[in-house]
Amino acid sequence: MSILIDKDTKLAVAGITGREGSFHTLNNRAYGTNVVGGINPKKAGENVEGIPVFANWADTVAETGANAAMIFVPPPFAAASAQEAAEAGVELIVVITEGIPAHDELMLFNRLKRDHPNTRLIGPNCPGLLSPGKANVGIIPASFFKEGNVGVVSRSGTLTYQIGNELAQAGFGNSSIVGIGGDPVPGSSFIDIIALFEADPQTELIVMSGEIGGDAEEQAAAYIKDNVTKPVVGYIAGFTAPEGKTMGHAGAIVSGSAGTAAAKAEALEAVGVQVGRTPTQVAKIAMEILGAAA
Amino acid sequence: MDLLEYQGKQLFGRHGLAVSDGKAVTTVDDAVAAANEIGYPVVVKAQVLIGGRGKAGGVKLAANEAEAREHATNILGLDIKGHIVRTLWIEYASDIATEYYASVLLDRGAKKPLVMFSVEGGVEIETVAEETPEKLIKENVDPLVGLTREQAVDIATRGGADADVIEGVADALVALYEVWIEEDASLAEINPLIVTPDRQVKALDAKVTLDDNAMFRHKENADLGDSANADPIEQKAKEQDVIYVKLDGDIGIMGNGAGLVMSTLDVVAQYGGTPANFLDAGGGSDAAKVKQAIELILANDQVKAVLLNIFGGITRCDEVANGLVAAFGDLNPTVPFVVRLDGTNDVEGRKILEDAALPNVHAATTMDSAAELVVKLAKENS
Repeated sequence: MSILIDKDTKLAVAGITGREGSFHTLNNRAYGTNVVGGINPKKAGENVEGIPVFANWADTVAETGANAAMIFVPPPFAAASAQEAAEAGVELIVVITEGIPAHDELMLFNRLKRDHPNTRLIGPNCPGLLSPGKANVGIIPASFFKEGNVGVVSRSGTLTYQIGNELAQAGFGNSSIVGIGGDPVPGSSFIDIIALFEADPQTELIVMSGEIGGDAEEQAAAYIKDNVTKPVVGYIAGFTAPEGKTMGHAGAIVSGSAGTAAAKAEALEAVGVQVGRTPTQVAKIAMEILGAAA
Repeated sequence: MDLLEYQGKQLFGRHGLAVSDGKAVTTVDDAVAAANEIGYPVVVKAQVLIGGRGKAGGVKLAANEAEAREHATNILGLDIKGHIVRTLWIEYASDIATEYYASVLLDRGAKKPLVMFSVEGGVEIETVAEETPEKLIKENVDPLVGLTREQAVDIATRGGADADVIEGVADALVALYEVWIEEDASLAEINPLIVTPDRQVKALDAKVTLDDNAMFRHKENADLGDSANADPIEQKAKEQDVIYVKLDGDIGIMGNGAGLVMSTLDVVAQYGGTPANFLDAGGGSDAAKVKQAIELILANDQVKAVLLNIFGGITRCDEVANGLVAAFGDLNPTVPFVVRLDGTNDVEGRKILEDAALPNVHAATTMDSAAELVVKLAKENS
């Protein structure tokens, strides 16, 4: 088992003909993901290395039965493309695009919630998902990860690789790795993904990697306390970030006392989540909990 | 992007929110001319993006031309916590009967806009929130509907606005919400929102932050903000599309990906070092971008040692290594470098560095060992 993506995933990609879009789509296919189509209204009827290109999401779904969408289109059009995918009936939408206006994200989230409550949105501004050995949707460098029992959910891309690599060096593999993105209005929160890992039989330990800004980690802590039986290991980036400065991610800004790394670590530790102070420590804690890895 | 007070007020005015007549000026003579035109008394207000202007002597009342000249002379060029005053806002001095507070921002927890209102205006709203939370009305708005007039009247009423200005406050809240939505603001705040003796509701201050990501559809706002007071290195980084934040320490840091760079700052701090900057070169950095990034880091003369921490996903380590070699050729850095390369093409990247045998460049295999080494080298070099 794994969460969200596996051998049954049929992926279609908006922005498949762009430089990044085609590169990563083909990477995903090379990994074994079933890529069934792509979208570019100006290039309908063409193909990208054999992957058919359609004019819109409705055509794509009708022709291919796509059940997962990956969005690579530029920021001004990304939210509209995700909305269109939802209207076409796609129930998993992964938005990789970085730099989408916060209000577009806000409207997209609220529209999907109202009109398409069963659609799961991952991102925007995220590295995507990987279920090692099964499917890769996004830009996660899959070669570093193997199949295993640790589920990872993270707000940051490269930090996911760092932590995942530390876990891999300690001998662990992953059920799934989910990057939820560092923007102010992520489609899925820690809670959404942690709930899926809790229900996934393959996952025996959950690693959540957070960062400064917002209160998603604090909300996750409250949720874990009442709903999660599996061990959770945490990591928070940004202990030394100064107040009032945006640290790269639009969501990573500390204002007032709220949203600091210390407050988040404290909230998690208060409900029994061990929080590593460095990525290396996260792997050490995981080893202590699961025993020397398989 | 944070707007200066007068820029925020000009946006407010465009959306029908009442503000006092005023003019932005950059010289003493223009300040005096503006004051004469507006009519006395006027307030001479320093335009800087930092709180505590009043205490620093940056806000003064002038009853006549001589006072306007005196205050403008004193305030222009004033250094308020590192921000040099280059612009003054001259506005008619309003009589104040009551001070309220109003704001609209993104509630990230609820994933909805949040309207806040309080009759405790003119003070730090954080203090009100902490000490008398019952006096701060916080109301989520359905973004698919917008702030309705009924909801605005309800907020003003529950917040305890004077009965005769409920309508005026509701108008102001609806207009403020419109500013927030239509200008793609992340924050639109009025503190204080005043009631004049003749019962007019007016914005006496404006604090507006616009979303940089939405600037493509607001070309008219692109030149706002206070670029003259921005850190020169940060400004240059922005032009080069590199995310650079200046910090107070002496260890230059570069990485790829915001989360990994934040984590690198933390690990360096754990080994007793203090980072000189946050620099995210971004995914897919090529050699030219790496070289630019190193130039930015070295432009800060506080830097005593530099750490490059790369975990390549999209980013290829051989590109980073080539960029470093090119940067050394042009810049001849005198400070030691520690380089940790992992991920895509790491073997090739390490080989490039080994073959180049750059002076005072140290390879590290893990993030922890890299941090430990750079802290040691920075101490030796200071």
